[in-house]
Formats: sequence, structure tokens, C-alpha cells
Amino acid sequence: MWQLFTQNWQAFLTGFWHTILSSIIALIFSFILGSGFAILETNPNKFWRGVAKVYVEIFRNIPLLVVTMFFYLVLPKVLPAMSGFTAGTIGLTLYTSAFIAETVRSGLQSVGTGQMEGCLANGLSYWQAMKNVILPQALKITIPPLGNQFVNLIKNSSVLAFVAGMDLMYQGDVIASNTFQTIPTYIIVGIFYLILTLPLSYYMQYLEKKLA
Amino acid sequence: MQNWINAYSATNLRFLLQGLWVTIEVSIISILLSFIIGLILGTLRYVKIKYLSKIVGVIVDVIRNLPLLLIIFFTYFGLPGMGIRVNPMIAAITALVVFESAMLAEIVRAGIAAVPDGQMEGARSNGMSYAQALFHVVLPQALTMMIPALLSQFVSLVKDTSLATIIVLPELLYHAQIIYSQDPNFIIPMYAMIAVMYFILCFCLSRLAKYLQTRLANVF
Repeated sequence: MWQLFTQNWQAFLTGFWHTILSSIIALIFSFILGSGFAILETNPNKFWRGVAKVYVEIFRNIPLLVVTMFFYLVLPKVLPAMSGFTAGTIGLTLYTSAFIAETVRSGLQSVGTGQMEGCLANGLSYWQAMKNVILPQALKITIPPLGNQFVNLIKNSSVLAFVAGMDLMYQGDVIASNTFQTIPTYIIVGIFYLILTLPLSYYMQYLEKKLA
Repeated sequence: MQNWINAYSATNLRFLLQGLWVTIEVSIISILLSFIIGLILGTLRYVKIKYLSKIVGVIVDVIRNLPLLLIIFFTYFGLPGMGIRVNPMIAAITALVVFESAMLAEIVRAGIAAVPDGQMEGARSNGMSYAQALFHVVLPQALTMMIPALLSQFVSLVKDTSLATIIVLPELLYHAQIIYSQDPNFIIPMYAMIAVMYFILCFCLSRLAKYLQTRLANVF
């Protein structure tokens, strides 16, 4: 197994790097999108609530693989084609943003309504109150579940393998079919994933206990 | 427009429905098995039996933090190496059960831990044995609290069955791929159709979750 790694370390590291890159890009954008939709979901305006609800329900109930394939195969029929990495990362971002929206929404709702009323009574506008008072409190509660979403995101980034996204899983696939050492290759791939996910998920368990 | 009409011919739709049925079949078997195993593993982690709980904990944590796709590869390529003949169906169900049991075990453990200590103490001081207190007092309360998390995990299990296309499991996505590989014009109609099918399946399951939650809240 060690020999397998030393012979193919470049491919493994390229894959590792693409997995990290795609996860971080998807995390940043899905966090922005997800928080946006969460705010819309708690908006007093019925129309915006509806829009956010539809978005969240659609992406929560369709498999990530179908979403990703949509960007990789369907969109190029109308728009210029994109690389597997881009398509995969966009798919990941949209899919994860729906879950983040749900997490942030429950965080927002756990902040008492009295807070918002108090802000409005003190002359803050809705957005000022949201930005300075409600969101900071809500985000603190949502840190552990957000961390778990990030762990899921890293694991889900393996769908990039389906669209030739150069990620860890894809590289593993290529190495396995070149060397015929299927199981040792996948064990190495698994160790790389664990390096990313295990510390994160233990840290989130620790944070959960500490914040509780 | 003609593409869409051709794509949704009776034969194609029947072929898609066959795929949908395999998806449902695999999902139901995996949900039942992984729920039972997850419940046992989660309880084992909670009751703290020397060594056993620790070992279960490490295994659950490792599996939980691996991508499901990797586990599918392990079962598909690894089981034959151990002398077990597998077809895609068995490999997919094994992988789903292994992965989802670990995810469910974590939910169960967190659910039991969320029941206040006073419940266990109260039951014990009323003369119940540890096992009686666990099964009659703590677990029922924990299960009620876990329902939302459990069902959203089941929804993601249904969605995750689509990953098994890679080992040629004849489920919904794979059948769609067969259809549009014969005529590339069918790509858009096919993805639209399977997105709708997955959506209906998962949406019904989430609605069922909401319904069960309100019903069960009154039972216990």
C-alpha cells in the first residue's frame, strides 16, 4: 500500500487539493446563499417566504447527483459547456445552501421575537436589526450544525468523480483502474477523507458540548 | 417540443417507472435494516459497556466520516475479494445499510443523551432495572424526539440511492441514462422527469415525517 502511495502520490495530492478547493468554494457560496434564503424564510412578506420555501424544498428533495448532472449535461445544451470541476462545485453549492438555509432559519427562529420587536421599537430598521442583533445571535447557535453541514459537504464533494471533477474520488478511480489494486487505493482515498472530516466532526462535537 | 413528446413515450415512461421501483425497493430494505442496526449501535454507545462501546464508537465515527460513494466501491469491489459473490443490488444495499446505520447510530446516541438524567434516575429509584428503565422510559422519549432527524436521514438515504448508478444498479437515474444514451435529445426531458420523480418521492416522505411527528407526540 505504501508503494502504491509513493508511486502515485502526485495524483492523490492533486485529488486531495481539488477536494479541499471545491469544498471551500462551495462552503463560502452556500453559506452566503443559505443565509440569504434563511432571512427570506423569516421575512414577514409572504411572497419572499414562498420563494425561499420553494427553493429549499426543491434542493432538499432532489439528489445531489441529479443536480450536478444537470449542470454538467443539461446546461451545456443552452449555455457554453463548463468543466466537471465547475459544474460539480456549482451543484454542491446549490444543494448545500438549501441545508444551510434550514439550519440558519432554525437558528434565527430560536432568537426570541422580542429581540426584533425591541430593535424596531428602538428605531432600528428591519435590516439593521437583522444585521446587528438577530444574525450574530443566530449564527452562534448554528455553528455546530453548520460544521456538520461542512463535513457532509466534504463527503458529498465525492460526486465530482461522476463529472470528471479531478477530485480525490476521481483520482482514486483512475489509479485503481490503472494499477488494478482497487481496495488498497480506496483505503488510501478513505484515509485522505478522514484526515479532513474526522478532526472537524470531533471538534464540532466538542463545541456542541461546550456551547450547551 | 417534439423531443419532449418522443422522450415521454409509453415505453420510456414504463422503463423509468421500473427504475423508480428499484429505487423504492432498495430504499425500503435499507431503511428497515439500517434503522434496526442504528438503534442497536446507538444504544450500545450510550450504555457504556467496557471496551465494546468504545470500539463501536470508533467504527461508527470512521464510517460516518467517509463518503458513501467510497463505501459503495468497497462493498462492490471488496466483498468479492472476501469470497462473497455480489450483484449490484446486494452491494448497494450493503453499502447503504453500513453507511446509514452509522449515521443513524449517531442520531440515536444524541437523542438518548438529550433525555434528562432525571428520567433514568427516577425510573431506577422506582425499582426498575437498568434495562427496564432504558426500554420503557428513556428510549420511547428519545425516539419521539429523534423523529425529525431520523426522517431527514431517511430522505437523504432515498436520494443517496442514486449514487449506486456507478455500480450499474438499475435504479431511476441509471434507467434515465440508458434512455438518453440512445438519443442525446432526450437529456433535458429525462433529467426533468427524474428530478420530478425524486422530488415527489422525497417530498412525500418528508410530509409523512411531519404527520408522524404530530401523531406520535400525542402517543407518548
